[in-house]
Amino acid sequence: MVGSERRPLAILACGALAREVREIAWSRGWDADLHTVPALHHLSPKRIPAEVDRRLQELEHRYERIVVVYGDCGTGGALDAVLETRGVERTPGPHCYEMLGGRATLEALRTRPGTFFLTDWLVRNWDRAVVEGLGVGRFPFLRGPYFDHVTHVRYLRRERDPALTERARAVAEFLGCPLEIVDVGLGELEGRLIGLVEGAAPTP
Amino acid sequence: MAPMDEEIEALADALLALDEPGAIAVTRELIEAGADPQVVLQRGLADTMLEVGRRWNAGELFLPEVVAAAEIFRLCNEIVEPALIAAGGRTLGHRVVMATVKGDLHDLGKNMVGAMMKTAGFEVHDLGKDVPAERIVEAVRELEPSIVGLSSLLTTTVPEQRGVLTALEEAGLRRSVKVMVGGAPVTEEWARQIGADGFAPNAPEAVRVALALVGDERLAGA
Repeated sequence: MVGSERRPLAILACGALAREVREIAWSRGWDADLHTVPALHHLSPKRIPAEVDRRLQELEHRYERIVVVYGDCGTGGALDAVLETRGVERTPGPHCYEMLGGRATLEALRTRPGTFFLTDWLVRNWDRAVVEGLGVGRFPFLRGPYFDHVTHVRYLRRERDPALTERARAVAEFLGCPLEIVDVGLGELEGRLIGLVEGAAPTP
Repeated sequence: MAPMDEEIEALADALLALDEPGAIAVTRELIEAGADPQVVLQRGLADTMLEVGRRWNAGELFLPEVVAAAEIFRLCNEIVEPALIAAGGRTLGHRVVMATVKGDLHDLGKNMVGAMMKTAGFEVHDLGKDVPAERIVEAVRELEPSIVGLSSLLTTTVPEQRGVLTALEEAGLRRSVKVMVGGAPVTEEWARQIGADGFAPNAPEAVRVALALVGDERLAGA
């Protein structure tokens, strides 16, 4: 029957990694469709497993295979439980900061817990995700409780875009902390996603 | 309605409306006018936070509103607390040691739980954030609390909760204290897995669980 054939691959990704995933898929020439879950779900991580599950249910009849691009992302293993039930794998890692910045990210969190990480997505979406999303714009008195502990800002930069870099500087200024820029490109996400899709061993 | 009742209602309204200066002003007026601090805390603030929790669970409120309400609650509670202590306050005779685990500097949730625990009558000792397991063990040894409350916000620091339980076990203190865990990435399943005694997804629930853990079933079910 026309139109009933399943497509080979769906990549279900957190919206915060959509650009990176698209770039990797394009560079590898995968015949894949990208579907995203809104990145702002991170503001209430317990919503992520339910939303991913709902999307997987929608997609599983339309695709031969689905892979998920997410970290644990504060779900406390609940996302992995959903994926196990559906028989779907995800990119390994606790969160996108680690996927992009690698072990150095975890080391920074361990030795300097006041490090606040920025990615291209977060820089682009600062107003939506933080000023509006966390309510700092409407409730300026929340700035202290949210950010008083922040001592450093580390920007895991993918694009050397002067406008984005300028915005990152403005964020660091808003937080009152020094900005450190680390050019990570696609980081470890690239190797892990390729490993997942093409079957090679994931980058450790 | 008595004038004080009107003021209490005004406080609850201001908190629900997330009117920070308004809530603080009414709280201050009430305390300065000699209102019973326990009533101000319970009816004006704690009951309103229960309503905030209900609206959050029902999807009627979103994260910023809940966090804003928690912060206003904390600021108002700072005004009420000295009066409560001066008045002798309601005490349950149970100590709680609270901490955000090592490597984690997020204490918004822990502070909220601590404030509501105090409201319920617990004697709360807050060890702060980024607290190593050894410091918690030391506090348990010194203070002999009924409950230890552990908070983590980061996925990467959640395993520290298990580390604290192990440290308590190794120090021979595990059986002397109930351990509760919480934080955004923490689940009931995780709590079970590490052998914690209690888990709560939010501050009002944390108080209910704590009351149940110390055997105050009547209050826990209230």
